[in-house]
Amino acid sequence: MLILGIESSCDETGIALYDTALGAGTPAAGLLAHALHSQVRMHQDYGGVVPELASRDHIRRLLPLTRVVLKEAGKTLAEIDAVAYTRGPGLAGALLVGAAAGSALAMALGIPAIGVHHLEGHLLSPLLAADPPAFPFVALLVSGGHTQLMRVEGVGRYELLGETVDDAAGEAFDKSAKLLGLSYPGGPALSKLAQEGQVGRYKLPRPMLGSADLNFSFSGLKTAVLTVVRKDGLEDTAHTQARADLARAVEEAITDVLTAKSISALQQTGLKRLVVAGGVSANHRLRSRLDAAAAKLDARVYYPELALCTDNGAMIAYAGACRLQLQAAAGGFEAGPYRFDIKPRWDLNSTAIGA
Amino acid sequence: MFLLALETSTEYCSCALNLDGEVRESSVLAGQGHSALLLPMVAGLMAQAGLAFGQLDVIAFGAGPGSFTGLRIACGAAQGLAFAHDLPVVPVVTLEALAQDSGADRVLACLDARLGELYLAAYERVADDQLKVVAEPALLKTSGLPVLPGTWTGVGSGFAAHAAALTGQYTLGAIHAEAFPRAAAVARLGAARFARGEFVRAEEAVPLYLRDKVALDVHEQAALRAERRQPAAGGVAV
Repeated sequence: MLILGIESSCDETGIALYDTALGAGTPAAGLLAHALHSQVRMHQDYGGVVPELASRDHIRRLLPLTRVVLKEAGKTLAEIDAVAYTRGPGLAGALLVGAAAGSALAMALGIPAIGVHHLEGHLLSPLLAADPPAFPFVALLVSGGHTQLMRVEGVGRYELLGETVDDAAGEAFDKSAKLLGLSYPGGPALSKLAQEGQVGRYKLPRPMLGSADLNFSFSGLKTAVLTVVRKDGLEDTAHTQARADLARAVEEAITDVLTAKSISALQQTGLKRLVVAGGVSANHRLRSRLDAAAAKLDARVYYPELALCTDNGAMIAYAGACRLQLQAAAGGFEAGPYRFDIKPRWDLNSTAIGA
Repeated sequence: MFLLALETSTEYCSCALNLDGEVRESSVLAGQGHSALLLPMVAGLMAQAGLAFGQLDVIAFGAGPGSFTGLRIACGAAQGLAFAHDLPVVPVVTLEALAQDSGADRVLACLDARLGELYLAAYERVADDQLKVVAEPALLKTSGLPVLPGTWTGVGSGFAAHAAALTGQYTLGAIHAEAFPRAAAVARLGAARFARGEFVRAEEAVPLYLRDKVALDVHEQAALRAERRQPAAGGVAV
């Protein structure tokens, strides 16, 4: 089966083509082509994602990117067997662009359209790496919108172990960066600044670090950062070292909590594989901390390829392919009726097979 | 010539076929349910006509102005349908569809744009399925309505939302404030445009928003914050 994947849930338009036959052995071999347009620059002028502008950009990028992907893969539309699009969660207006165009394309071609859960895409994206993990595993999903720990038995077999009760980890990075006057998106800029920073000058809280559950809380962090910034006048970029030290402290606090909870999840489940996905999974300090902590448990951490850490079409094409194969095995699927009502809020647990 | 038209710019959801001049339409009051309704309605219309998508010659859609999300639903669906079979696309202005449906010869079409503004255009009929633009579609404040002499037929929700301003500014014969842009009108105008060679490729099909300022950039945000901290003497912070 050849599947076209469409991602438009936030500020990146992603398109990909996935071939299940070629990916039967190693999933990565099935990814024929993928293309991405990031809107980060456009939203920078506004200090954050403007949903209306995001939607306006998606509708201009979607088909040109699809042409690029088809050409790169050497395929024609007539060869496509299904269209997978992100149905949620995400920005409603942005989701609707991919859902409308993807469903209409599928209907006119007479092939199935399948609405994919964005987090299922992220969750499965490490399987597209050169050395993919086997099921079951613990998954840490960390991005600007999500922070969750899941137990993953297989495609569509997920159990939520814990999640943030307020801000997402990526949001904590971005908000702290904003307080330091770093331009949007602040997370990567803050990590860069943190490279020059030293541990010890600032001590920031690690909420819920000691709690027995696997939940997170990051909203208190920005208050603590704001207090330090005001007290030491760190809006002033002349305080080069102190700013770097604070950035380092923010990164330490976030990675500490993410690492501790992930390790607890491995211990509680007895699993030896941890999969980390989402935008924050690109963070180097997080990766080295997780790798070191997991090694002590004889466990291993798996990450998506760097290009697939952000939102992308490849993970949607792949997740759609996995779902379609399950449906085919369970007796087939219908091509219609091409309703494309989206789900801006959508609990991943509710997509579990048998849920 | 077989044309399929989509219209989702208001709370109504409609689609229509123009089969060599014979127009068939399917229309419902959708509220916010367009995404669930539109494509099943299209499938029903196509099945009734016994048509496959590959047999269509062109896709038309109500491009705007209207609900931004609604415009993108019709535009996105038109892009997808057209792309599948490499069909051309005809964007049709919703105000012109309103004018077309009125049947009148001199039409002021107006939709409420909220935030105290309206979308307005003026048309004169030159043929059954062809209108000449007298005043280009524009986003206007009620205090900035253009001068348009003569007697007009008023159509669209703008005549309900901004009745006083419009009746004060213009000489109006009949008023049809309950009228909304329909796919049948888009199908008629679209076919005429297509015949005149006025179409675009699927990826060039975009909504006509008219309202282009939708957010404050970082400099404007900073200026607003400064203004809030230091309201002008006697003035009111906004």
